[in-house]
Amino acid sequence: MSEMISMRSVIEASYFIAAILFIFGLKRMSSPVTARGGIIWAGAGMVVATLVTFLYPGMGNYPLMMTAIFIGGVAAWVSGKKVAMTDMPQMIALYNGMGGGAAAAIAAVELLGGEDHGLVFGTLAVLGGMIGAVSFSGSLIAFAKLQGIMRRNFRFSGQQVLNLLLLAATVATAAYIVLAHGDVNIVVIFFLLALVLGVTMTVPIGGADMPVVISLYNALTGLAVAFEGFVLQNAAMIIAGTVVGAAGSLLTQLMAKAMNRSLANVLFSGFGEEDGQASEVSGSMKPIEAADVAVMMAFANKVLIIPGYGMAVAQAQHKVWELTQLLKSRGVDVKFAIHPVAGRMPGHMNVLLAEAGVPYDIIYDEDEINPEFPTADVALIIGANDVVNPAARNDTSSPIYGMPILNADYAKNVIVIKRGQGTGFSGIENALFFLDHTRMLYGDGQAMASELITEVKSL
Amino acid sequence: MIDGFIALYIFMLAAFVGYEVIGRVPSILHTPLMSGSNFIHGIVLVGAMVALGRADTTLELAIGFIGVFLGAGNAVGGYVVTERMLEMFKSSKEKDS
Repeated sequence: MSEMISMRSVIEASYFIAAILFIFGLKRMSSPVTARGGIIWAGAGMVVATLVTFLYPGMGNYPLMMTAIFIGGVAAWVSGKKVAMTDMPQMIALYNGMGGGAAAAIAAVELLGGEDHGLVFGTLAVLGGMIGAVSFSGSLIAFAKLQGIMRRNFRFSGQQVLNLLLLAATVATAAYIVLAHGDVNIVVIFFLLALVLGVTMTVPIGGADMPVVISLYNALTGLAVAFEGFVLQNAAMIIAGTVVGAAGSLLTQLMAKAMNRSLANVLFSGFGEEDGQASEVSGSMKPIEAADVAVMMAFANKVLIIPGYGMAVAQAQHKVWELTQLLKSRGVDVKFAIHPVAGRMPGHMNVLLAEAGVPYDIIYDEDEINPEFPTADVALIIGANDVVNPAARNDTSSPIYGMPILNADYAKNVIVIKRGQGTGFSGIENALFFLDHTRMLYGDGQAMASELITEVKSL
Repeated sequence: MIDGFIALYIFMLAAFVGYEVIGRVPSILHTPLMSGSNFIHGIVLVGAMVALGRADTTLELAIGFIGVFLGAGNAVGGYVVTERMLEMFKSSKEKDS
């Protein structure tokens, strides 16, 4: 018996260390200087916690356990190494969904085990299971949408009523399980309901809003893990899950704020369904040749580059960085201006630029860079659209009115590299493109960047 | 035993820690941080292992197996993608050296 107790203290002490490593790891991850160390700390915590769990008293099924860890681990390792940086958001959604599914599985085993958890822990078990299942199916839908497997946003009238009914049915089943210890069938129905709820909640939401949704599911999975941690009396799960739940909620709010949407707005209404009809834009788009742009930039004092997701899709970031180095060697002050929602998630563009080798100290976010536009000779916009639309600042009827934007229109010259004359993700005409000091350089981002490099070199 | 109000205290304090740690993060790190926190809830693997370890019936074994598989995927995948993203964050000084 005393041996059991000391084994128990070894396990608890290890979980304690793991929890500390998680928190310090997360802390380090919140600064670009220490971020790389942060994930390694957290990783060490995970290894410690996993290894020590094998010593848990009263367990069996080790061969099965190791097989599952091996299959899941290898599949995730290979897919994680292979995925392109542009596809990162959906990969995060996928791994997050797996975590939610695991939490639901824990709840299922506990509920099927027939052991009486009492009212409080029984409630936590079903709640964690429900949240985990919703996060699982919802994240998979988010993955499918971002991956392009599912393109349509399914909407029909009464959708929210249906969701509400589903939620009520799930909660009612949950209550029945807690109070009356339902049999296997009830537990199965409960999980099916929760899984369907996750699907119906997510299908109407458009791709542009997915980052906020993924972040929300990330927070929810954290919460589900914490709840199951209470049921299993596992301190590492409680602390790590709660920390992620809180941090994820804050992150979700920050993202929604950066997109000028409230969370309720993202979840319950489609973008652009409001009646707001944007004012007609007058004037014409004026094209320009690459050679002229090259001269303009090479003899400028300050050039601000505004990249958007279009740049990443065209795989132009390496060429853009080459162009930047070329201009810098000529003494031009080049800076990157990043809108909070550039790319597909806040911070995604920074990752894409970092991949191309752009150092983070010439990359500025919106608050830092906006005062600099009036002194910039050239604002080069490549693959960005809605985030530089001045309508957000001065057209109260525009659907994007009030969204924080980069003030590219304040620069002395604005150059827009763009494939054609189409509108952005929101489908709104961009007033910036029609300004007198704006010129359009039509073409593929990568091809145009290469052309600019050649032209600057030949000067 | 983690019980009653002790559990509640742990929950409250951990929630504050999560909120505070993220509070001052620059927006350039939002994606890696989301990925990093996604990795951290991969600790669910530990719970799934316990659940599988105690499972008896075939149904419990099957669900437990799926749970461990999914938990391992969360932990390993979350680590790999976060590490890949953060590895690229370098300042211009580090580039030159």
